[in-house]
Amino acid sequence: MFRKITLTAATALALTAGQATAAEVETEITDFAFPFEGPFGSYDQMQLQRGLQVYTEICAACHGLELVAFRNLHDEGGPHLPEDQTRAYAEFYEVFDQSLFDGEGDFRPATPADHFPGSSVSNAPDLSLMAKARAGFHGPYGTGISQFVNGMGGAEYIASLLSGYHEEPECALEGEPMDGFYNVAFAAGGFPESCIDDHGHHMVPGSWISMSQPLWGDDVVYEDGSSTDIEAVAQDVAAFLMWTAEPKLVARKQAGLTGVLFLIVLSVLLYLTNKRIWAPHKNKE
Amino acid sequence: MGGIPHDHYEPKSGAEKWLHSRLPIVGLLYDTLMIPTPKNLNWMWIWGIVLVFTLVLQIATGVVLVMHYVPHVDMAFASVEHIMRDVNGGHMIRYFHMNGASLFFVAVYLHMFRSLYYGSYKAPREVTWIVGMLMYLLMMGTAFMGYVLPWGQMSFHGTAVITGLFGAIPFIGDSVQTWLLGASAVGQPALNRFFSLHYLLPFILLGLTIVHVWAFHSTGNNNPTGVEVRRTSKEDAAKDTLPFWPYFVIKDLFALAVILAVFVAVVGFMPNYLGHPDNYIPANPLATPSHIVPEWYFLPFYAILRAFTADVWVVQIVQFLSFGIIDAKFFGVLAMFGAIAVMALAPWLDTSTVRSGRYRPTFKWWFWLLVIDFIVLMWVGARPAEYPYDWISLIASAYWFAYFLVILPLLGVIEKPTTPPSTIEEDFNAHYAPKGDGAKPAASPAE
Repeated sequence: MFRKITLTAATALALTAGQATAAEVETEITDFAFPFEGPFGSYDQMQLQRGLQVYTEICAACHGLELVAFRNLHDEGGPHLPEDQTRAYAEFYEVFDQSLFDGEGDFRPATPADHFPGSSVSNAPDLSLMAKARAGFHGPYGTGISQFVNGMGGAEYIASLLSGYHEEPECALEGEPMDGFYNVAFAAGGFPESCIDDHGHHMVPGSWISMSQPLWGDDVVYEDGSSTDIEAVAQDVAAFLMWTAEPKLVARKQAGLTGVLFLIVLSVLLYLTNKRIWAPHKNKE
Repeated sequence: MGGIPHDHYEPKSGAEKWLHSRLPIVGLLYDTLMIPTPKNLNWMWIWGIVLVFTLVLQIATGVVLVMHYVPHVDMAFASVEHIMRDVNGGHMIRYFHMNGASLFFVAVYLHMFRSLYYGSYKAPREVTWIVGMLMYLLMMGTAFMGYVLPWGQMSFHGTAVITGLFGAIPFIGDSVQTWLLGASAVGQPALNRFFSLHYLLPFILLGLTIVHVWAFHSTGNNNPTGVEVRRTSKEDAAKDTLPFWPYFVIKDLFALAVILAVFVAVVGFMPNYLGHPDNYIPANPLATPSHIVPEWYFLPFYAILRAFTADVWVVQIVQFLSFGIIDAKFFGVLAMFGAIAVMALAPWLDTSTVRSGRYRPTFKWWFWLLVIDFIVLMWVGARPAEYPYDWISLIASAYWFAYFLVILPLLGVIEKPTTPPSTIEEDFNAHYAPKGDGAKPAASPAE
């Protein structure tokens, strides 16, 4: 069940007190239902493995994951690849090892102890923390209520961005051709003058992103036979990137739940103790 | 203590007497723990314990974080991620520390507004109030420097903005800013010294906590009626008070457990809600985030900083009279620090003879307006500085100053307060009718 949510994002704000300009960009972020949402949510192991496949076959051509170690793929609560598969996956990659060749260094196949490489294209950001470095939901009016209800929405943002490429709107065809590609979920890119009305408002959502459309539907073949339409694949890789950004999410939620339950019991006991010791003084004996 | 007559520690066994004649530490702890406390304290008197707990939590988690953190511009960000990914339990420790700052400020603001409502700042408790304000300033400094340490985008550019405030000081501003940063721009020297101070200041805070407690133990606690404990005899005092242990310790621990349940839920289920996504992007001096916002607890004063722009007539007059030395930017900085200064001066600005707001019918309205004003400032501080937010922040800032500089002094003269009960016992018994008089106990004194 997806809801289309249009919201105001990326409110630009000048540094100096007093002088400030604001450009409000509307973006379309879909509130995809991910299995890791809510206090009881956890990662779907199969979805993370599919996401890893999408990352490996498509994203990794340009983007890195340098904060993630190959051994993490074996972690419980994550993709949980078997140990031999983790080792075999790591060997796909070559890493530079300074200790080889009498300190001159050389490339060797990666081991599970190594990290994923960084981005190979200079303007492609590293994706390790992308799902936490972007918020899908904002406002309204800076109150953060939508984030309180929907969560930060980093994964929703990624999935919406990957499935948010559209034909250029008509207003953009009037002026100079834009660099990049029109995306309804992207806020921080270029925007043609011809799509801004007389009041300074943007006539169409999103902006122009320099990344070309990476997913078209049926880009990968899943062994488990899951859907490979564009939204399904976008969600799989978004879920995988949520895991790379927050690998301890499941452990954290479990700790949180245990902590809250413990504190509720402790509160009740302290409440009863408090009531009892005060009773003689409140004349309730 | 507090001039309230009560039983003191008497060493009984030989060993106790031996120690007591050499170091009366048991007596000090006994008297501190058994201090007579007004028995009508309500649920707003629990924030002190929450604050002490939070300080200890922050120091304990902080000490562990320091074992793994690297204060270097090239390694700080990655070392925080190392804590989040590889250190055993590191993600929980770091999230506790990060959200602990927010718990700290929630508690301190409620603690401060409690004092403002019940007149806890008034004579003879001015020193407690002033020490508290010093602690609040130190807390803000510590929190700000802590936010710099992960060396994310907000850390970096927030530091540039905040230290830039000092650059607004006429004549010496640039030198002061360079001195603070240890360089002409934010970089390695700034990170290193902020790390050093972020470790040092909490211990000064701990010392000031002892002074703060010492101060109000010398005067005795305030209470919701603002009426002092009777000091005429031990029997009279005992009718107004109960010892801190166990009555208030258990009560406070109960409240603490409830608050911690909420806190742990935030840490467990939504640890990044109060943070900013941009701080998960490594600091990049060349790319300024589109939206630089301080943490939520600074927003009210950040709003005041931004409210006084060059087109406000007060600013223009001041600029003219000061021959241009005080420009809009410096005026904003003065206003921000002034907003805290006028609060610190509240004991001398409040002219009312009645201490507690409970017996001041007009004051109540202005007080709650101040609370709303504070929330509005917090909200507007996160909004862009454009119409209509510029007007809202200007009006809200003006009210903040008006409350302390105009309303508090005038109200004491104009207002007709109602009569407080003559004793704390009378107030307490009004809620909990003495045995045998058949009256049903009223609602709990929690307000």
